[in-house]
Amino acid sequence: MALLEVNGLKVYFHTRNGVVKAVDDVSFSVDKGETLAIVGESGSGKSVTCYSLLDLLPKPPAVIEGGTAIFDGEDLLTCDSARMRHFRGNDIAVIFQDPMTSLNPFISIGEQLIEPLIYHPNKSRVQSRKNARLRAIELLDEVGIIDAEARYDCYPHEFSGGMRQRVMIAMALINEPRLLICDEPTTALDVTIQAQILELIKKLQQTRDVAVIFISHDLGVVAGIADKVLVLCDGTIQESGDTDHIFYHSQSAYTQKLLAAIPEGAKVLPNRAEHGNLLVKVRDLKTYFNDYSKAASEKKYIKAVDGVSLDIQRGEILGLVGESGSGKSTLGRSILQLAPTTAGTVTFDGTVLGGLKPKQLVPWRRRMQMIFQDPYASLNPRMTVYETLAEPLLYHGLADKKTIDNQVRQLMDDVGLAYGQMRKYPHEFSGGQRQRIAIGRAIATKPELIIADEPVSALDVTIQAQILDLILELVERHNLTMLFISHDLSVVRYISDRVMVMNKGLIIESGDTEALWSDPQQEYTRQLLKAIPLADPKLERLRIGRV
Amino acid sequence: MANKDLQQTDEQGTSLWQDAWIKLSKNYLALFGLTVLCLLCLVSILTPWIAPYGYEEQNLLLGATAPSFQHWLGTDIFGRDMLTRIMYGGRVSLTVGFIATAVALLIGVLWGATAGFVGGRTDAVMMRIVDIMYALPFMIFIVLLMVVFGRNILLLFLAIGAVEWLTMARIVRSQVMALRKQEFVEAAHSLGLSQWTIIRRHIIPNTLGPVIVYTTLTIPSVMLLEAFLSFLGLGIQPPQSSWGLLINYGVETMEEYPWLLIFPGVTLSLTLFALNFLGDGLRDALDPRTSKD
Repeated sequence: MALLEVNGLKVYFHTRNGVVKAVDDVSFSVDKGETLAIVGESGSGKSVTCYSLLDLLPKPPAVIEGGTAIFDGEDLLTCDSARMRHFRGNDIAVIFQDPMTSLNPFISIGEQLIEPLIYHPNKSRVQSRKNARLRAIELLDEVGIIDAEARYDCYPHEFSGGMRQRVMIAMALINEPRLLICDEPTTALDVTIQAQILELIKKLQQTRDVAVIFISHDLGVVAGIADKVLVLCDGTIQESGDTDHIFYHSQSAYTQKLLAAIPEGAKVLPNRAEHGNLLVKVRDLKTYFNDYSKAASEKKYIKAVDGVSLDIQRGEILGLVGESGSGKSTLGRSILQLAPTTAGTVTFDGTVLGGLKPKQLVPWRRRMQMIFQDPYASLNPRMTVYETLAEPLLYHGLADKKTIDNQVRQLMDDVGLAYGQMRKYPHEFSGGQRQRIAIGRAIATKPELIIADEPVSALDVTIQAQILDLILELVERHNLTMLFISHDLSVVRYISDRVMVMNKGLIIESGDTEALWSDPQQEYTRQLLKAIPLADPKLERLRIGRV
Repeated sequence: MANKDLQQTDEQGTSLWQDAWIKLSKNYLALFGLTVLCLLCLVSILTPWIAPYGYEEQNLLLGATAPSFQHWLGTDIFGRDMLTRIMYGGRVSLTVGFIATAVALLIGVLWGATAGFVGGRTDAVMMRIVDIMYALPFMIFIVLLMVVFGRNILLLFLAIGAVEWLTMARIVRSQVMALRKQEFVEAAHSLGLSQWTIIRRHIIPNTLGPVIVYTTLTIPSVMLLEAFLSFLGLGIQPPQSSWGLLINYGVETMEEYPWLLIFPGVTLSLTLFALNFLGDGLRDALDPRTSKD
């Protein structure tokens, strides 16, 4: 008998618009020392499945319509709330996706860690503050917090994202759970940090012999650490089985679609760069921000971009890779004159943009556009698609009342949206469709340069593949030049002709994509490339040294 | 200009305002509020023709009488008909309520939106001005205005509006500061839109929710402020009346002649309810994220 056995789980949401079957007849089991990966796109019910085990769903609207979840001989779905608290405190722990919001900013790390020990519902397990502290420091040490004793009294904002996720893991482990549920624990993290966290979870699992349920939207991430994989779509099981079986002998069309969508390999389309025809020339660009955390007496700057020079040829797709905080987004914004530059010049098609007043800049703005990361934030929620797409056309005088309707239709067609939807508001669209709208707005003014700032990071993997193909197609059709900013190296490799690696405000390496991939010159680049998880269990196990 | 063009070509679909109307017409509480407000306004406009008595017509022999067939809502201590006085009072109260609030709304939204959007030093200076105005006892401010410009009902509107915009400015500023960092505003920048266009088309429509709710709260507080000022002899003068003034007098004689308090009180409460229902309905209706059905 496995540690946890879920049978025929059904969770329905009773909303005003009818019943949504979030989880429909899902069964799985996980035993101690085993890792089960639940993989699916957003809305597939993977998180709902796990939250329903711990009674963490909002009820109503959620109703558990059927099924059993036997954990160590007891049904989690029918036990009362006191018993459930016992399970949550002792046996089952959860690591959430976003380490930034899962910690209370007003309580020190140590205090948050020992909370479950000091206020434990089971009185016999309550420990003295001193013992709890020792235990917490030991755990912080185990999850790789350097100088744990000194950092015990620090507050969450004093930790980086990766460190906070480590603290979250320590918190989950403090009561020695037997089942650990990880809900996309690395999605919000950089690739190198992701590799470290995955390694940590794997190591802890082996040393402590816990069962792990690992929820992810990314098959690539789970290849190395999962023993079994469960693929969900629209609340139903598409396929389940051993990791190798899923990756190498998948029967389900949906799983194959997911696997095919993982960006892999080099760019297929030819390099369209017109050599000698320079569109953008950046020389020694610096963008500093005031650092308000420092005292006024010692005026300090955050050097987001610290002396960058680059050239973009007309027709080229230049990839810009870096981890969060490397200054890559600021560089993009500075090129577009959306962030104030401290020093250096940006030359666009022979004109220096730096000295121009906002009014003088308007004709240049038409020629360079931006695509943003978050399609939920980049569209005005009170404007219909039509208004969003028509605004740039009318503002720049590219259309008049007679032609505007046709031009908006043309744009919708370009980005693959049906005309019938043009009177809808952004919230009525899915993430991928919203990103199409945002891309439509960016190409509306027929720009020459587009800066795409992580345009696919917020999207599911199949949608990501579609949007990447759309971008490539539009670059071809409209003769665009693009600076493609991303933290995801596989995506950058798939789309760009040339790549630059950015770290701490500086470009540390650049070169043709494939040349850089096969022969990176800098240690940092090598580290980055090494940290990419491979969507191939055997290779991945070799990579992380687990055979 | 661009805005106008958009609306003209927007015939086939429904605009934000058409959508809002469709949604509002399905919200019965809001419709009730709207109907009550319209009726009150209509009655106020027509008062000189439909009022049963003149507003200063006294009948000292009659004195204060309870509601009767001649005087539906009774009479006050001077024998003046309460229904008539409430109707005339409504003219003053509603005008003060709407005009002073409109003044507060206009100044507050523009001030707050500009401060929040421009940010930096401009923001600091503009908000310090707001702080100073907050600290200034508003009575002194209004008394000064009255002394300098003489007593004038229009000035009263302006004076009340000029003290009520402060909170509105703060609310709008905080909203705008959150919106300013949003990517769709940055997208508008990168399209080359002018600051004013961005404020008008992208920022202000997104602050509508809290602004509408605060507006419906401001109207009744403005009406009470007017009563207070009138009570001190700074607002309108007897024999003219307003709801606030009637309530103030009613409080004094509450124990002997309760109807002098009850009827103006009920009228004011009814207006307040109507405003709140309508405000809530409008906020929901103007948010495209709420569904149309």
